[in-house]
Amino acid sequence: MIIEALIAVTLVGALVTFVAPNRIAGKLAFAISLVPAAISLWLFTAFDGSGNALVDGELAFESRAPWIELGEYTISWFVGLDGISLPLVILTTILCTLAIVSSWTPIDERESQFYGLVLFIEANLIGVFTALDFFLWFVFWEAVLIPMYLLIGIWGGPRRKYAAIKFFVYTNVASLVMFGAFIALVFGLGDVTSFALPEIADAMRNGGPDGLFGLSGTALASTVFVAMFLGFAVKVPVVPFHTWLPDAHVEAPTPASVLLAGVLLKMGTYALLRFNFTMFPNQVETYALAIAAIAVISVIYGAMLALAQTDLKRIVAYSSVSSMGYVILGLVAYTQFGVGGATFQMVSHGLISGLMFMAVGVIYNATHTRMVTDMSGLADRMPIAVGVLVAGAFGYMGLPLMSGFAAEYFIFFGAFGSELLSYSPLFTGLAMFGIVIVAGYLLFALQRTVFGPYRLETDYDVGRAPAHDVASMVVLLGLIIVLGVAPELIFDMITDAVDPILQGGDL
Amino acid sequence: MAVVQLPEWAALAPALILAGTALVLFLLDSIDPHSTNRTLLSGVAVVGSLSSLAVAVWFSAAGVGATGIENYGVIDIMGDQFVVDRLALYFMIIIAAVTTLVAVASHDYLRDHTYQAEYYSLVILAATGMSMMAAANSLVTIFIALELTSLPSYALVAILKDNRGSVEAGLKYFLIGALSSAIFVYGISLVYGATGSLQLEAIATGLGNAGEMGGLLGLGILMLIGGIAFKTASVPFHFWAPEAYEGAPAPISAFLSSASKAAGFVLAFRVFTTAFPLDATTDVIGVEWTWAFVVLAIVTMTVGNFAAATQENVKRMLAYSSIGHAGYVLIGLAGLSTGAADSVMGAAMMHLLVYGFMNTGAFLFVGLAEYWGVGRTFEDYSGLARQAPVACAAMAVFMFSLAGFPLFGGFWSKYLLYTAAIEAAADNAAMLVVAGALVVNSALSLYYYSRLVKALWIEDPVLDRDRLAQPTGLYAAVIAAAVITVLILPAFDPIANAALEAAAAIVP
Repeated sequence: MIIEALIAVTLVGALVTFVAPNRIAGKLAFAISLVPAAISLWLFTAFDGSGNALVDGELAFESRAPWIELGEYTISWFVGLDGISLPLVILTTILCTLAIVSSWTPIDERESQFYGLVLFIEANLIGVFTALDFFLWFVFWEAVLIPMYLLIGIWGGPRRKYAAIKFFVYTNVASLVMFGAFIALVFGLGDVTSFALPEIADAMRNGGPDGLFGLSGTALASTVFVAMFLGFAVKVPVVPFHTWLPDAHVEAPTPASVLLAGVLLKMGTYALLRFNFTMFPNQVETYALAIAAIAVISVIYGAMLALAQTDLKRIVAYSSVSSMGYVILGLVAYTQFGVGGATFQMVSHGLISGLMFMAVGVIYNATHTRMVTDMSGLADRMPIAVGVLVAGAFGYMGLPLMSGFAAEYFIFFGAFGSELLSYSPLFTGLAMFGIVIVAGYLLFALQRTVFGPYRLETDYDVGRAPAHDVASMVVLLGLIIVLGVAPELIFDMITDAVDPILQGGDL
Repeated sequence: MAVVQLPEWAALAPALILAGTALVLFLLDSIDPHSTNRTLLSGVAVVGSLSSLAVAVWFSAAGVGATGIENYGVIDIMGDQFVVDRLALYFMIIIAAVTTLVAVASHDYLRDHTYQAEYYSLVILAATGMSMMAAANSLVTIFIALELTSLPSYALVAILKDNRGSVEAGLKYFLIGALSSAIFVYGISLVYGATGSLQLEAIATGLGNAGEMGGLLGLGILMLIGGIAFKTASVPFHFWAPEAYEGAPAPISAFLSSASKAAGFVLAFRVFTTAFPLDATTDVIGVEWTWAFVVLAIVTMTVGNFAAATQENVKRMLAYSSIGHAGYVLIGLAGLSTGAADSVMGAAMMHLLVYGFMNTGAFLFVGLAEYWGVGRTFEDYSGLARQAPVACAAMAVFMFSLAGFPLFGGFWSKYLLYTAAIEAAADNAAMLVVAGALVVNSALSLYYYSRLVKALWIEDPVLDRDRLAQPTGLYAAVIAAAVITVLILPAFDPIANAALEAAAAIVP
């Protein structure tokens, strides 16, 4: 019942915050969000599960109850945690708390609605990472869309309406494609009468569908695999479906960007791992080269796009495209270190990109500009905030002893030795070249903005950042370093859950 | 083990309570004709419709009308002129629930209105008619119930008599309504001529002797479909709906588009399953009448949704969207020729129930906006969420639910319709087209529904508004509808199964 409590506390908190007076909404939401954060940390200490939730796993905190029975099909309330979902749940609760803190300064209108929506997103994100029934999962998955659409549309920048609608249309159309494909798959699986993901995964790995509407079983499986990959790829996003991301990021208010990059993008890769890479081992083998090509293109192209930007927030936004490319590469490597590293990178990128967006937000709050060309020597005026920003950037570049290094090392190590992926050294090498570009644009941006003599053409008095903003960034930096120094804190549970995936199918 | 043996006609209690309430309202009005005690009047209406709801729910839970249980079962009244079964009770629940919401909301909406008692008694009378439509089992009682619903509705649409739009809408509604009543009653007479009977089961048996009158019967059936299409605002008799819904007071628009539509559909469900069994009718008239509904369903949902997408006026948008939803429900009749007949009809009934809350709520929100006097176009609605966040959150729930977004009831009932149509497609490939149209139209509808959400939440207000009042009744109704639209989700299993069971009982 602890997962239900986690979701319920957050949902009720969202309702309470939504109707609370604006004056206290920020502090109230912070206080409420501490509860799920504390519960999720307790989940971490009490975690006692092994294996993969979908493949012969022993689940922690599992609960299952029939919900809707329609004809022969059963939809159930089915939640549980394994080593892949638990780190993401913790990431969600911690980032949401910090995002709420980082909203105190920039959000100055309709606060209660803002914080209510943030908590509502948090509840649904926890749902996405814990749900093990397709319908339950899909409800949470889609429910994240509405509040994010509103967060961007109401509190965003000048082009917020365009960005919000683009975000909504892209991701919703992708979800519908994925939904239709998955339902067709379940109908095609003759023996399966429930939408519980473990049962579907088992059926997929032991023979696959019989076929539907004249499509043969293999053709159906391939079609579904491709449709679902496209559906999730938009959310990730990979090139060429990435165009909604910079718009959404640049227009979104800082805390929404933090959540968008930190957690929402992980929904896409998490779903890819859970659905495509767990349920369809044979199709992964068939399409490995194409997926790897997409991953490498995302890494290189995303990084080059970032290199070309002059808006600090756009730089960070595009960098997500290349970071998520690494995740895809790790997944398609289909080795313990590849898939495990990809999961680790999801957490790591959540922390680092969250930190970077917060830092950009702090700089923007102080200077009211985000253009690299307008800034210089910020380190003189806001030493601590800039220090954290520089540290975060180093984490992004993969400096040892920070989580980014561990994640990328795992991925490259796993991808290099991949047996499934032909020419894996070539793909790995190309992807590693992405790191050079990442270091290039980050150093380039840092050099122009924070170093050198202070020279900023603005009417605002640029001073030290507020303590609460710095505090939340320091917490994130601390987590990045902790995971960098001791990746086994979560990597062990991740590999526990990843190993069963790799032994399935007739590979 | 019945301690008190109730007389048989007591099974009609949900409708009779409504009729009694209308009489009480008349009585109150005759005691004090110019009463402005709207709390008393709306209170009576609310208590009446709530009791009707409670009795219907109680009957339904106690198993009245359930087949296969001893001492219970389908109850026939007045020589089979009325029948109380699961289907009747299911729709009595929908109708009473919508009536309650409308009565609660009208309390504030009618603040300065002169004809308070008349308004409530007309609403309750129309609800009585709808409730009777749910139970009517003969073309005579059906026609009486239909007219009992229609006549108060005409007056209600025109009740804002100082408002030209309202009066004009009432007139149009009345003229088209009179025409379709004429068509309907002519259809009845043709059916009578062909089969020699008006009672639905007797018509079905009479079909065997109607061999040479296939053309006559076919024409009669077509005319009955016309009358039903009018009542449910389906193409081609949908033209009155946008005008009437726009001109009418918003609670009446809610009432007509939810409850009246549901009543029209229960009529169609009962007449076509009981009186015109598919095989026997096909032998006489030569074509399967389900084809008419296949075409009507596709055309209605497409016309409704495309027209809704181009509207600037919120109420008209909702009116056209309600035509689109009639198209979805028509799938329930279109799939009757297949092996999945009970699933499609059950899904259609489920959709009507969910629709009863989400659509009523949406129109009542429009009523709230009219109460505030904010205007009628999307632009006028801009930025309302700044001043009324809770009501606008409820409206967002209705819009996303109508569009079929997964978090809310609307998604589930549409999903049920979709899978039922796919199931039916195994026997009739045309159902695949219907299912496709459902998906495409649903996806399209997200565009105009989210446009309203965008106006409310994201756009900046075009003008400064004064502080908005918070009328208790309207707020209570809107929020209750929103809460139920969300709560249908956890309770989906029993509700959907009740609908499927009711459908299975009448599908031959």
